This record gives sequence, structure tokens and C-alpha cells, in this order.
Amino acid sequence: MQDLTEQFVELIRRTSTDLPADVRRALTEARDREAPGSAARGALESILQNVELAREKISPICQDTGTPIFFVRYPAGWSSRALREQMRAAIARATEDAYLRPNAVDSLSGKNSGNNLGDEAFPSLHFEEVEGDTLTVDLLLKGGGCENVGAQYSLPDDRLGADRDLQGVRRAVLDAVHQAQGLGCAPGVLGVSIGGDRGTSYARSKQQLLRRLDDTNPNPDLARMEAQLTQEANRLGVGPMGFGGATTVLGVKMTSQHRLPASYFVTVSYMCWADRRRRLTVRGDSQAIE
Amino acid sequence: MIPLHMPLSEEAIRALHLGDSVLLSGVMITARDTAHKWMIDTYIRRTRPPSGDDEQTYAALRDLLRGGAIYHCGPVVAGLQTKQYVFKAAGPTTSIREEPYQGEVMRHFGVRAVIGKGGMGPRTLAACGEIPGVYLHAIGGAATLIAETVKSVQGVLKLEFGVPEAMWVIEVVDFPAVVTMDSHGQSLHTEIEKASRGELDKLLAA
Repeated sequence: MQDLTEQFVELIRRTSTDLPADVRRALTEARDREAPGSAARGALESILQNVELAREKISPICQDTGTPIFFVRYPAGWSSRALREQMRAAIARATEDAYLRPNAVDSLSGKNSGNNLGDEAFPSLHFEEVEGDTLTVDLLLKGGGCENVGAQYSLPDDRLGADRDLQGVRRAVLDAVHQAQGLGCAPGVLGVSIGGDRGTSYARSKQQLLRRLDDTNPNPDLARMEAQLTQEANRLGVGPMGFGGATTVLGVKMTSQHRLPASYFVTVSYMCWADRRRRLTVRGDSQAIE
Repeated sequence: MIPLHMPLSEEAIRALHLGDSVLLSGVMITARDTAHKWMIDTYIRRTRPPSGDDEQTYAALRDLLRGGAIYHCGPVVAGLQTKQYVFKAAGPTTSIREEPYQGEVMRHFGVRAVIGKGGMGPRTLAACGEIPGVYLHAIGGAATLIAETVKSVQGVLKLEFGVPEAMWVIEVVDFPAVVTMDSHGQSLHTEIEKASRGELDKLLAA
């Protein structure tokens, strides 16, 4: 089995310093929609300048390099234990090189480990064995500000008039966007999971954040709801940084899963505008980061 | 763009209003979650006895914070081994977590500017009216751009809190921010919350 430590360091470096093209495009379009001279437009201009500067200087886009969340899909023949060790070594290296901020804090002692390695839950690693011969490693760097405004609803929700159907889901998601205001570094991207238990629902909502902003949900009902919610969330007028304005979210990505008869969870994971996600693909001797 | 120099005078603060764009220059310190709780526990509510270098740190903070600025920021810092510190990325963190502490810290030390993102609540707004002080909103996530305005790192207090939570003493030139809470009782965050609540109610009524 190959040693991928170097490739993982490169994956982290690219993710932290170089925003994906579809996100840059969405931010540029958002800037053009804001009124000239407005605080919202000024914020997006600074954001776009920062994105370019970070790429040029190979410097973190945001100082909160967040929880590194890896989703690994590996074919037979790879050892998840060995991959875990390599990913952890890469995290420590990338922290030393100042592509990542040391973010792992012991919750009881308050001590920062200094190298981004905590217990087995930090960094956050998810493994799934798959068919075929391609290894894919998705990395999401998700900051604390946006993580803190994530929300989970249990339907029905009387306060929102939200029943156990897609219209109820819609109400919950709009409420979450209103609650978040600018705190999650709007304009953000929403990953929404319907169903599951509380834990799987949060994990699946984060997986939705790996999708490209310009893709289309294969489920036509969810595709329609994603478009509707993007448009309606923007009508709230929270705007970039919560300054007020035309763009509050850059996109909404939804999924559903089976649930218990007694439970109907709607989970919203909020990703800040610095939507730092990259994918490493390894097939035989060829490797690529997109 | 209104230039502001630290230490900040009462007149300079009273002249600021919601929506003003400012460029800050001078020396400020970063302080976030751990630092705020620690300042309150050690110096203000005194629920824990000072230990180690707490007394010297207090003297340093008193000088830095009188008419000064607190920046809610946990930076990415290079040069940790050599102590030749350089800020690589230094955008604001979410301020509302300091709402239980901020007003007291501002009053105790005479802080005139709090810089962060997302805005703060009624207790901080009240302190802004009294001292007087302002809340300045920096652009969240614009971390490399903001780090360019940090010309030097003059020192660090309480590095044992960890790099993000330590209190970094920095000199900035033309640090950009927007006044979103002023000393006249106005908060942009309250206004936007109210307006978006109205829109939400309309969408949920449909």
C-alpha cells in the first residue's frame, strides 16, 4: 500500500488556501447583485480580494481552519488504520507549516494540543469501503463560527407550524437561517438532512456540503426545494456578514434518509462562505486533487 | 473611511455612527473566549486567586486597554519555534460568545473599541453608551487580507492558553472595519434581526 502522507499534506494545503472555482464564482455573482457602495458589497469585495491574496500567498483563507473532516472511500486492499495514521501525520505537518491553526482543545483541561491532534474524534475521520479501484478522500475544513449555528429540529414543531412533510422541512430550514443571522459568516451554504437519528442526520448533512454548488440533486422534489429555499432564504435579507443585502445563502443541498416512525429530524449544517472543500483521488499510480 | 488612532478619545468615539467605515491604527490586543472568562475570574469578579505572572499581566493589560481595543481573533501564527512571530491569517471570530463578559471587561479597563464579527447584545451596547465605546465589525474570513494590516507582533500574553486563545499584542495600520454598534444606543444587528424576522413571518404565513 502507498504512503499518501505527502498527498494528504497537499490536500490540506490546497483546501485551506485555495477556494474551489464554483464557490469563487458564486461569491463574484453575489457581489454583483449587491448595491454599489453598500456595506454588503464592500464585505464581498473584501472577501474576494482575500480569496485571491490567500491563493497567491499560499496562506489560509480563514484563520479558523476548523475541524478537519475527512470522508474516505477506499476499495479493498487499503488499510483504514494505515490511512488514519498518514492523515494524522499530515495534519500535524500542515499545522507546523501554518496551513492549519492548532485547534484541538481538551474539553476538560482546556489545553490545546498544539498540533491539531486530539483524541480519536479529532480530526474527524469517516471511512467507507467501496467497490472498484479508486480511493477518494474528501476534506472539509469547517470553522467554529458556522458549526455553532448548525441546528436540528424535531418535527412536528408547533412554534413554526412545521409538520412532517417537505413544507415542514422548509419552515425549519428558513428558521435556521434566520436564527443564524450573520454569525456563521454569511453568505453560507446549507447542508440539510431529513430523517435518520440525531447523529447520522448531522453526519449526512455535512456530507451534503461536499457537493458542488452548481450540481443538481438527482431527486426532483429535493432539487425543487433546494432552489426554492435558496431563493426564500435570500428574501430574509440578512445579507453578507449580517449587514443586510441580497445574498444570505449561496446554495442549499439536501438529502433524506430512513427514520424511525417516532422521529422526524431536520438537520441543518451551515458552512461559511469560505467553503473549503477539496477531493483527492488515487487510482493506481495516478493522483489528483480537485 | 474614518481614520482612528489608538488610544481612542471620547470625542473620536462619540463622533462615530452606525455604518461608518473606519481604518484603525496603533496597538491592540487579541482576546477571545478563554481570555475573557479568565480576566473576569481573576481581576473583576475575583473568583480565583491570581497566580504565576497574573499581577504583571494585569499591569500590562491596564496600560494596553485604557482607551484601547480588544480584537476577537484567534490567529494563525508562524514563527512559534523561533518566537519571531508573524500573523499569517487573522480574521475576526464570532463575538456573541463574549456577551456575558464584555461589558464588565470594557468598564473595568476602559476599553473603547471591541472588534469582532456577528455583533453583540444589549449588555455590550449599554457599556458602549456609558464608557463610551463602539463595536467594530471586521470582515469574517478575510483573514489573509486582515493579516496584511498587522505590521508587527509586539508580544504575547498567556501563550499557555494556546495560540488561538492567547492575548497577542499587535500593531496594526489601517485595519478596516465597520461600526455596527455605536455609543448612541444603535445596533445594526438588532435592526437586521427585526427586519429579517418580519420577512420570515411573511414566508411562514404563505
